Amino acid sequence: MPAKPDAGTPGKKKPKLAVWKFASCDGCQLSLLDCEDDLLAVAGAVEIANFPEASRAVVKGPYDVSLVEGSITTTHDAERIHQVRRASKFLITIGACATSGGIQALRNFQNVDDYVSIVYASPQYISTLKTSTPIDEHIHVDFELRGCPVNKHQLIEVLNAFLNNRKPNIPKHSLCVECKRKGLPCVMVAQGIACLGPITQAGCGVLCPSYNRGCYACFGPMETPNVPSLMDWLEQLGVDKADIVRALQTYNVNAKAFRKGSLA
Amino acid sequence: MKREDPPVILDSKHLGLLLESLKKSGYLTVGPTVRDGAIVIDEIDKVTQLPVGLTDTQEGGTYRLQSRKDAAFFAYNVGPHSWKKFLFPPEQRLWTLKKNGTKFQFVDIADNTTRYAFIGVRACELQAMSIQDRVFQNGHFQDSHYMNVRKNIFVVAVNCTQAGGTCFCTSMGTGPEADTGYDLALTEVITGSLHYFVVRSQSRNGAKVLEALPHKPATAAQLKTANEMIAQAEHEMGRSLKTHNLKTLLYENYEHPHWEAVASRCLTCANCTMVCPTCFCSTVEDVTDLTGENAERWRKWDSCFSQEFSYVHGGSVRVSAKSRYRQWLTHKLGTWVEQFGTSGCVGCGRCITWCPVGIDITEEVRRVTNGK
Ligand code: SF4
Ligand code: SF4
Ligand code: SF4
Repeated sequence: MPAKPDAGTPGKKKPKLAVWKFASCDGCQLSLLDCEDDLLAVAGAVEIANFPEASRAVVKGPYDVSLVEGSITTTHDAERIHQVRRASKFLITIGACATSGGIQALRNFQNVDDYVSIVYASPQYISTLKTSTPIDEHIHVDFELRGCPVNKHQLIEVLNAFLNNRKPNIPKHSLCVECKRKGLPCVMVAQGIACLGPITQAGCGVLCPSYNRGCYACFGPMETPNVPSLMDWLEQLGVDKADIVRALQTYNVNAKAFRKGSLA
Repeated sequence: MKREDPPVILDSKHLGLLLESLKKSGYLTVGPTVRDGAIVIDEIDKVTQLPVGLTDTQEGGTYRLQSRKDAAFFAYNVGPHSWKKFLFPPEQRLWTLKKNGTKFQFVDIADNTTRYAFIGVRACELQAMSIQDRVFQNGHFQDSHYMNVRKNIFVVAVNCTQAGGTCFCTSMGTGPEADTGYDLALTEVITGSLHYFVVRSQSRNGAKVLEALPHKPATAAQLKTANEMIAQAEHEMGRSLKTHNLKTLLYENYEHPHWEAVASRCLTCANCTMVCPTCFCSTVEDVTDLTGENAERWRKWDSCFSQEFSYVHGGSVRVSAKSRYRQWLTHKLGTWVEQFGTSGCVGCGRCITWCPVGIDITEEVRRVTNGK
């Protein structure tokens, strides 16, 4: 933990915040913009030094806190992330791409060369790594915030905790805990709907089960995911093995437990 | 004060008057109602919000609503909610602090003064409430948040006349008939064209409410019918559990290989502890606003199935799923007795029904104790 930054004390310098983008869809950065009223409070507490989605102005580093979105998919990015690390005192990765490799990590299961020529008209211009990897495979990360996209309340909570030098309240338990606190009857038990909640980390606010749908695991594996047991149960519920595998192979396909489960 | 007045008959068409009268006396009436494919507990204003003509079928990991041929109000068994959500809310602010120069100042939080009338509390749930009383009103350790709500509730109990597929209250000695801890207790009787409630009152409050409702003394025949229906529930328990010497058996089988077998199925998702009406564990989270000028402490339901729950310096004490499942079951049925003088299980079956993979406490106990 770095020394406590000065959170908006008048007359003192505000901590500098930078937002960085790697291979991603920008959705997580947009979550920050989506914070509306809270964003104003954030803007009051920090100096937004680099945030391409919000402003073109760039303030020179070093930065007190960096938010990193996206995964590493090119040699250029694999070098750039080291520069970001060097320029950042505290570095937080945000979103499924940055924390597990994202949907683009589906390439890790195939040979990239086999389909670059199918997808692109002029494949000779494509220079890409064979894998999409999370940021923490390249540099030291101080905190990982999950989600596809991240939840704006959790994002504010992490920044808030950083500014106040306290531990962020970001639990790693299952989504079910959040679901039960909300008082939702389990969609799997009461309606036979396949739900990945039990193997998924909480944090989204139980979006899908709130609308009588199963969880798609946007927040990646919970702390101790028992993927094989849930897969067995889903098969008993009548879900096709191929569909279960597909459900695991989405935004967090490269997360260890999901990768292992989907290859089993 | 426990008192027992002679049972009376309330016609089913007057059930609405009971709700009205409770509301007039300032109670917030909460009871069973259908939401998202299940019978949950929520605010109810009129009898049409009750699960009229509905029942449920329950098995390990499965719950389904089903229609009945009659217009019964209470012909279902316990669902995913329990009354603990009012007494011990899933998320509750405990206090607020304000920065005052270099000092912090506590800001009082208004007590929850809501007076709840719980409609449709089952015998096992009355027992669960009395078990939680021992936790939250335990000698020196008095939880004012819990007690504030607890002292004001009006309890309308309902005797079970059918048992659910995962119920085993007879094994735990907690049901199916409400014994103590209620203001009024109803037994719903439907025979032919007759639909009425046998009502017992057990408190001055209960007697007062009952007095104002149209009622007649119960005949011996009516009481007999009601008792037979409760006996019916007793005979159709979906599950059973041998409790004799259970604590010792569990301690002796601490290293039984079956713990590992359950662990291979257990998702450590914590659903069992969330739905259990006696589980009382919580975590506290301190939150600040961005400026750090205001802070709050929140209490939230937690579970022995989460790693954070047993986190001490350096890591979690119970890393494996095996150690967490064993901790839960052994506490519930064994160490709870040493801690609070009763079992922590009332046999409501919720943890069986609502476990997403149908893990069954009664079956796991049988295996771990080799059927003894
Ligand atoms: S609906 Fe999904 S998240 Fe909620 S308890 Fe059931 S399995 Fe868990
Ligand atoms: S342990 Fe299971 S059966 Fe026993 S009281 Fe809790 S939820 Fe009900
Ligand atoms: S026993 Fe069932 S409900 Fe409880 S933690 Fe394990 S899988 Fe979840």
